[in-house]
Amino acid sequence: MSPELINLIIQATFESLYMVGIAALLGTAFGLPLGVFLATSRKGELFAAPFVNRVLGIVVNATRSTPFIILVVAIIPFTRLIAGTSIGSSAAIVPLTIASAPFIARLVEAAIREVDGGLIETASSFGASPLQIVFKVLIPEALPGLLLALTLAVVSLLGYSAMVGAVGGGGLGDLGIRYGYQRFMPEMMLAVVVVLIALVQLVQSAGDYLARRVNRRLRHH
Amino acid sequence: MVRFAGISKTYPAYRGKPGVNALQDIDFAIPRGSITGVIGRSGAGKSSLVRLINGLEKPTTGRVIVDGRDISALAGRELRLAQRSIGMIFQHFNLLSSRTAADNIALPLEIAGWAKADIKARVTDLLALVGIADKHDRYPSELSGGQKQRVGIARALATRPSVLLSDEATSALDPQTTRAILDLLANINRELGVTIVLITHEMSVVRQLAKEVVVLDAGHVVESGDVADIFTQPRHPITQSFLAEVIGDSLPVSLASRIVAEPSAGGQAVIRLQVRGAGAGDTLVARLARELGLDVSLLSARIDEIGGQPVGSLVLGIPFGMSSGEDAVTRTLAWLSQHQFPAERLGYVA
Repeated sequence: MSPELINLIIQATFESLYMVGIAALLGTAFGLPLGVFLATSRKGELFAAPFVNRVLGIVVNATRSTPFIILVVAIIPFTRLIAGTSIGSSAAIVPLTIASAPFIARLVEAAIREVDGGLIETASSFGASPLQIVFKVLIPEALPGLLLALTLAVVSLLGYSAMVGAVGGGGLGDLGIRYGYQRFMPEMMLAVVVVLIALVQLVQSAGDYLARRVNRRLRHH
Repeated sequence: MVRFAGISKTYPAYRGKPGVNALQDIDFAIPRGSITGVIGRSGAGKSSLVRLINGLEKPTTGRVIVDGRDISALAGRELRLAQRSIGMIFQHFNLLSSRTAADNIALPLEIAGWAKADIKARVTDLLALVGIADKHDRYPSELSGGQKQRVGIARALATRPSVLLSDEATSALDPQTTRAILDLLANINRELGVTIVLITHEMSVVRQLAKEVVVLDAGHVVESGDVADIFTQPRHPITQSFLAEVIGDSLPVSLASRIVAEPSAGGQAVIRLQVRGAGAGDTLVARLARELGLDVSLLSARIDEIGGQPVGSLVLGIPFGMSSGEDAVTRTLAWLSQHQFPAERLGYVA
């Protein structure tokens, strides 16, 4: 493979990492509080607001059931409003964030719900405020699950980021389609797939490692 | 110290489940510095009762006064401040798996906004107090049940509460560890003067530790008062059933199988008498034999101590000749009744 092509792959890899990295950060910034709220706002819970809970649940489900490629196209005006353009990696971050935040929220909700309810009662019994319970009990206790959730979200984002290539988002997916498919360069397609596989493996291994490190529940000596 | 005034607690019907009257007409006081046992079968309302004391639940009617303050009327920040003077320990310990023993104990102090240095010193003292100074950096998954409950106790005492609530704190522990934890609680009560409220379904816990007892059944207080008084004069069937767990009301199998309804020549009448309270046990059989001139035999005996008082039952054999037998039994029952030992004739053995 020529140095030019290798450069293209390297450049596309960085574009993908840029999109996925920023989208994962923003998706977590929105998804984490949303997920914590979803996990704690049913009737009788810490931030009980059953109606708001139900409305947010419907919005999250609606976003998650919209096919990503349709979401990307549908929100182009919004993307333009936020990013100033609808083309390029920076613009692609907008739909990636919007798709990942509800996904992360659901994963966070599940991880938080795994925390033993007795711990919430315990913290309440010594006068913890709801926010203290979230930050000192729920999130630390759910941390292994939260890290695995985030890992899963990043892996999914890598897949989504390949799709935004279709609308000029750049990155590995874009490269694979333009060179590998449209110009029929199977070695390019293969290279893109190999890089993606390596990235997913790397992310998953790092996530597993971190989750294991913070998990004190089943430590054996 | 803790006073319940006209308390009732009703859980409303929810999602097809009918409403529940968990507690009704609760009026009693827990003296300062006491160790009070609240005993009842599961579903008697014990958990609801204890959660009213620290404001985790609100009564439907009535007031709960803790340290002169109506805790049931407090909410938000005021309630959270009041909760710092009420510690609680739990059946399943409820320790944070993500924190070491020391950091678990530090949690209520962090929540109360203590300075880091003060927390560190306090945690060191508390670990020593509960006898696990060497477990400072251990995670709960590395501790035994007894050690976990010690961390729970240290955590509950961290903010120097005046009341310590124990919700079945030894129910998940083996008898030996239970004993050690109860001893620790007794020490804490003695040395720190903390009022301890023990929620339990186990008579052994009340017997070993409590001075006062409240017997709860179907949401009502059926008896309350001094442990020795209540269990030497149990009035309510539920109290009697708890007492039976300690002293047993069943006869040894071989004896029970020999008892018949009709007397036989040269046999014995079988009399069971209850031993309740001071001056009871020791010389009873000897006095009975001497004063009535009978060769009384001891067929079975079970005596234990509750609140420092002997409590139990004796099964005696009274010689039963066909001619004079009924007279001996009558005189024995009269003598026992005169000396205030409740007694009954179970039958006869050959």
